[in-house]
Order: sequence, then structure tokens, then C-alpha cells
Amino acid sequence: MSGNIQQVIETFKHLSLVDKIDQLFVMLKQLVLACVPEALQPLVSGLLSVVLVLSVFPGVFAIITVIERKGLGRIQNRYGPNRVGIPFTNIRLCGFGQFIPDGIKSLTKEDVVPYAADQVVHFLAPIVMLIPVLLAYAVLPFGRNMTVTDFDAGLLFFFAVGGAVEVSVFMAGWSSRNKYSLLGAMRAIAQMVSYEIPLILSAVTVVMIVGSLKLTDVVAAQNHYSFGVAHWFVFTPWGFVGFILFFIAALAESNRCPFDLPEAESEIIAGYFTEYSGFKFALFFLGEYLGMFAIIGLGVTLFLGGWISPVSFLAWIPSYVWFLAKMIAIVFVFIWIRGTLPRLRMDQLMNFAWKFMLPLALVNIVVAGIWHFMSHDWQRWLVCAAIIFGAYLVLGRGLMRNQKLGKRTYRFAE
Amino acid sequence: MSLPFLIIAFMTVFAAAAAMSLRNLVHCALAFVVAFAGLAAMYLQLDAQFVGFAQILVYVGAIAILIVFAILLTRSGDTPNKAVLAPGWVCGIAVSAVVFTLLGWAVLNSSALPEQTPPAPVATVKDIGGLLMTKYVLPLEIIGLLLTAAMIGAVIIALKEPSPTENSGRKT
Amino acid sequence: MTPLQGCLLVSALLFAIGFAGAVTRRHAIIALVGIELMLNAANLNFIAFWRYGAHPEALTGVMFVIFSIALAAAEAAVGLALIIAIYRHYKTSNLDEVKELKG
Repeated sequence: MSGNIQQVIETFKHLSLVDKIDQLFVMLKQLVLACVPEALQPLVSGLLSVVLVLSVFPGVFAIITVIERKGLGRIQNRYGPNRVGIPFTNIRLCGFGQFIPDGIKSLTKEDVVPYAADQVVHFLAPIVMLIPVLLAYAVLPFGRNMTVTDFDAGLLFFFAVGGAVEVSVFMAGWSSRNKYSLLGAMRAIAQMVSYEIPLILSAVTVVMIVGSLKLTDVVAAQNHYSFGVAHWFVFTPWGFVGFILFFIAALAESNRCPFDLPEAESEIIAGYFTEYSGFKFALFFLGEYLGMFAIIGLGVTLFLGGWISPVSFLAWIPSYVWFLAKMIAIVFVFIWIRGTLPRLRMDQLMNFAWKFMLPLALVNIVVAGIWHFMSHDWQRWLVCAAIIFGAYLVLGRGLMRNQKLGKRTYRFAE
Repeated sequence: MSLPFLIIAFMTVFAAAAAMSLRNLVHCALAFVVAFAGLAAMYLQLDAQFVGFAQILVYVGAIAILIVFAILLTRSGDTPNKAVLAPGWVCGIAVSAVVFTLLGWAVLNSSALPEQTPPAPVATVKDIGGLLMTKYVLPLEIIGLLLTAAMIGAVIIALKEPSPTENSGRKT
Repeated sequence: MTPLQGCLLVSALLFAIGFAGAVTRRHAIIALVGIELMLNAANLNFIAFWRYGAHPEALTGVMFVIFSIALAAAEAAVGLALIIAIYRHYKTSNLDEVKELKG
């Protein structure tokens, strides 16, 4: 067994210091695996990867909930939580310890289940939501050589488990025997199904250009630099539009503002969450945020180069740090949008998905094909950008024409 | 026959039997989701990765949702008080038992089945895509046409027609 | 019993269960669900023979199943739209009560 450890150390000895820090987790995992007998190695390897994912992302979730409340507070001209730092001490830490009492509160609250509710389905809904969301992290490349399982059809796996979340939304809404819950669940499912199509179509452009559904291949295709800048797909016309479409569809898939009609407090109490309290509500909350991180992670992998640094002189920063930094930057933009934009009505939402985003995604696919087959010089930039801009104008004007917006009138109480 | 295969097979068959025999329709639909997921697991066991993921994406993500929407739109979400089985259900069960016996006997006593287990084939997505574009391009185009026709047909059939009384009452 | 025979038996069992449900249940949607189950059993049969039979590199079984899944989706959509339209007209989705040709 010590021979195995020697072998592992040999393979990593010749790396430079930068590469050693970059491959730190891979090295640690190989070291632990070398101490384990042959038969148990696949099991332990899987367990180690699962432990890493399960410890990092809920930790990020905890910090992001505090950042969201503070960020929304500042946008709305007030402080967010700023009292709780380290519990049982007077150290404030600007309120970043808020997730500890939040967690304790949700664990100790009474778990109220309605008498007429369907007990088994009501109990299973949060679990059925959490399992596909956690499965989705299995195919994301967090760093160089740091994917949990590298499926040949990795992208298809991600979208398949994304579709399984809708079943849990229906289970939660229907089993509560509450008209608000059922209505909220139906709206949420309709919204998720409508926005899944632009999401998948904008990912299809990347698949067309890369030629593979493997996410590590997608990152490797973006891994070269010209003039010091990396070849992220977002820097191409079709990639830019694809990223924006993916971003908006990701907002809708995670039920975030401006697409949070199914769960907004002023609209429908809490939608399909209404009859859930205590730990089950915490599980739904966790599942929703983890789903948001997973889909942002996929967007980062497909369009923003995954773990690749944007400029070549910053490539010494470890790859997993880049991935997390990009992911958290997009989460900040999500929080910013939540604090800024008003909510869309259901019919506005559906019109936007079917009449604007879907045609634009189809035009984007055609443009990606043109980009691939034209000669590699400045003309293809012009042609592709012109086609996309023209399609955007036509679709945008087309949508606006149907709105007969009258003059704004004011009514005052007598 | 390995233990994972036995567990998944048992779960799938049990869920399918539950889907066909439960009284509450929404419970039937949810048991059906479990059966689909079990089938996807069996495809993954048989080294057909693409088909397994496509099964989850299409069946669990779309067809199961369609079924529950249809159940709710036809007001069948509550547990029915009347009988759920059609008259003459005994004949149906008898015929299905005969069918299963016949198929099982054919499977167990056939001499045409290969004896050895060949090594696991590799069905990469690239191969599937290549075949779809070369040898199976005609079925691909026909499926596209069929899906379009089915979509348009389903929308037209399920469209609510505006009732004539609404239009005539708006004279003022 | 070889693994192939095990898969084929499971497929035959699923087919029989789907058939029983499609024939004995009164509700139209459950009959449709039974038909979907029969289609799925046939798909399992195709994949089992692709895996354990001759010439798996030709990917014939996988192609069949891909087209079969797409076809089943289209058929489920149209079938459910028909059931919704029938419910709107007859106010019932019980297959025994939908027995008059006159609209």
C-alpha cells in the first residue's frame, strides 16, 4: 500500500507549484484512494466526490442567502441583516452569521401538515425535488480534471434531471389540497416547461460548434488564447445571444424574479410552498437555490469557459477558484435583477417565451451554423451580428405591435 | 443476473402494477413516473446511456406532466367512489396472463437466443448522430414532420371553441 | 437463466401488466397509460436484444428505441388532447359511458 502512495506522489512530483495548487483536490483524492484496498476503490472515489460537492455547495448556499438579503436591502435603501456574526459572542461580522439562526429556526419550527393533505405525496415532494438537483452537479467540470462523472452524454443528463424537478413541483402543489397551491404549481410547471425549450436550444448551439455532448470537451474547446484573451463562447455573436437567452431561461427555470409569479408573496401567498413549514420548507428552499447554482454552473461551463481564466496572464489562479468566482458573479447579477425588475404577469411571461425567445433561439442556431462554415476572418463576425440584430429587431417590434398600450390614467378614491 | 438488475426490475414491475391498479388517478400517474425511472435505470444497466437519459427527459419530464395535466383538466383528481374496473375485467386479466405465459414460455425455451454474453458495446453520441444523419435520415425527417403534425393536431383538438352565445350577447 | 432471458421476462411482464390495465380500467387516461407501458416494454425488448445479440455496433436497437420514444410522445399528446375534447363534450371520461356516435 505504501508503494501505491509512492506511485501517486511520483505522478504529481514533476508539476510546478501553480499546477500543484490547481490539482490539489485531485492529488488528495488519489492519495486517499491509494490507501484503500482495490475492491473498495470505486465506492470510496464516489463517496469522496459526493462529500466534496455536498460540503461546498450548501456552504455557498448559506453565504449567498445572507448576501442576497443584504444586497436586496441595500438596493431598497435599507440595511440587510447586520447583527448576527459568530453566535454567543459580540463579534458582528456585518451579519454574515445570519444563516446559522435561520437554519436553527427552520429545523425547530413545528411541521404542520394539513389534515386533508395526501400524507405520503406531501412528505415525498421535497425529497423528490432535492435528488435530481443534487444529481445535476455530477456532470459539471469544477476545475481541471475535476468532474464527478464525465458522461458521454453529460449535457443530456443535466437537462433530463432538470425535467424531473417539475414532477416534484406538481406533487407539492397537488398534495396540499389547497387551491392556491395547485394554481401555483400549475403556473410553475407551465413556466418551467415553456422556458426549457429556449434553454435547451441555446445550449444546442454550443453542442453544434463543439461537436460533443461531453462538458469537459466543451471547456477544452474554449481553452486557447488569442491576443491574451481566451476563446470563451460568449465573445462570439451567437455565443453572446445564446448566453443571454440561457441566462433569461435560467432565471425562469429557478423561479427567480422577474419570473417568480408562482411563488411570490403578494400574488399567491407562497404558491406550491404554502402548506410546508419547518424542515420541509427548508429543503424546498435549499433545492431551489441549489438548482439555481447548478444551472448557473452549466451556463458558466457552456458559455463562459468553465474553469478557464479570461486572460492568459491570470491563468496561475487555480481552476476551481475561477469556476466558483464566475458562478458567484452570475449569482450577484441574479440578485441585482431581483432587486431591480418588476414581476412579469403570467401571459406576459408565456408570450415572451414562445413568441420572442423561441424564434430568437432558432435564428441563433442558424447563425451558429453560418459561423462554423464561413471562412475564419472578420466578415463572419459582421454577417452573424447583422443577422442576429435583424432578427432581434423584427421579433421585438413584432411583440410590441400587439400591445395596445393606452394613455396612462389615474383613478383616485372618492 | 446481478443484484442491481433484480432490484431495479422488481421496483419497475411493482410500480407498473401499482400504476394500473390504484384508485386515485394522480397516484397512478406518480407510480407511472417511478416505473419510467426504473426503466431508464434498466437502460443504463444495459449500457444504453443516450436512450436512458432520453427516456427520463421525454417520459418523466414531458409525458408524465402531460398525463397529470390531462387528469386535472378532466376533473379526475379526486378518488372515485364508483367502480374503477370495467365490467368483464376478469377476461382482461385472464387474457393478459395467457399472453405473459406464452411470451415467458417462448423466452425460456427458445433455441434462437444467444448463449454467451458479448462484451459491452460502446454507443457514443457521435455514432448515434452519425447514423441519424446518414443511414436513418429519412426516418428522422419523417419523425420531424410527424411531431409537427401531432403538435398542431393536439392544439386544434383541445382548443376551446368560442361559444356562439358569447358573440351574440355583445350587441350594445 | 441468462441476463438476456431475464430482461425479456421483465419486458413480457410489463407488457402483460400494461395490457391488463388498458383493457380493464374504465378511465380513458389510464387506458392510454397502459398503452404507453406496452410501448415501453417493447423498447426494453429492443435494447436487450441490441445489448446481448449479434452486431451491436450497428446500433439498430438504439435507433429503433429513439424513434419509438419520439413516436410515443406524439401519440400521447394527441391521445390526451382527444380525451380532453371528449370530456368537454360528454362531461365524463368513463369509457363505458362514451358509447354513442351521435354528438
